[in-house]
Amino acid sequence: MSLVARHLEANGVPTVVLGSALDIVEYCGVPRFLFSDFPLGNPCGHPWRPDMQRAIVEQGLRLLDSAPGPRTTVRAPFEWKDDPGWRARYNHIDPAEREALLARGEERRRQRAKPGTA
Amino acid sequence: MDGQPTGYMERTRHYYRALGYKSDYVWAIFPDVPFVRLKKPLSQARVGLVTTAGPPGDTNRDANGVRHVWSGAVSSPPERPTTDLAWDKESTHTDDRESYLPIAAVQTLVAEGVVGDIAARFYGVPTEYSQKKTIETDAPEVLARIREDGADAALLCAL
Repeated sequence: MSLVARHLEANGVPTVVLGSALDIVEYCGVPRFLFSDFPLGNPCGHPWRPDMQRAIVEQGLRLLDSAPGPRTTVRAPFEWKDDPGWRARYNHIDPAEREALLARGEERRRQRAKPGTA
Repeated sequence: MDGQPTGYMERTRHYYRALGYKSDYVWAIFPDVPFVRLKKPLSQARVGLVTTAGPPGDTNRDANGVRHVWSGAVSSPPERPTTDLAWDKESTHTDDRESYLPIAAVQTLVAEGVVGDIAARFYGVPTEYSQKKTIETDAPEVLARIREDGADAALLCAL
């Protein structure tokens, strides 16, 4: 998505990215980024919270006017739910599941090696 | 604030190594970032929405399995776009389309006069391993559609 933002901007269309993968977006570098410190999946606000979604979208859109220059990152003023374990869970590698993970990777590589799949 | 932002690059590297991949993914990095100013006030600007979700049934795949940029009308979006991407399936869900494709939120802001207008279509861009495909094929296609629809700016929502 960051690559698309850069292309649009380079061709005269101002952009703002809403997202939660702060390190990946900033590594690539985008013109304007509204960061929500949420699990990946809901960059516009918690599910079923139209009030929060409206607030985040408005804050993002206002960056179109107010960002002073490229690489403008602003953090949305909302936290994830009362669920302190969410950070640790994403792609957590359980030592007991290492063999199963390797097998899953092997299967993926087999699938990708088939002609006509991408 | 309950902690530092999650380090997704490091987490992803460890995960793919555990899957047995020999080489780490190389994320895109550039020395410069383009920047243009909005040419009119936000209250007069037409905004186009870009999503990483796919169409229901993955109908943007061609016969070779290659996914293409797709669009839908903001007046009749699919209830459940395809969200088969690396979002956090253990901690959240994508049952609420507005949490990643905020058509209603933008329409509310248009009604309130904060934003001028919403483009008639939204634009779906495939998430690809190949940065070359995104840069040379998909991003130009999104640009062409945004121009066709007369959008002045784009709001990109990354699952």
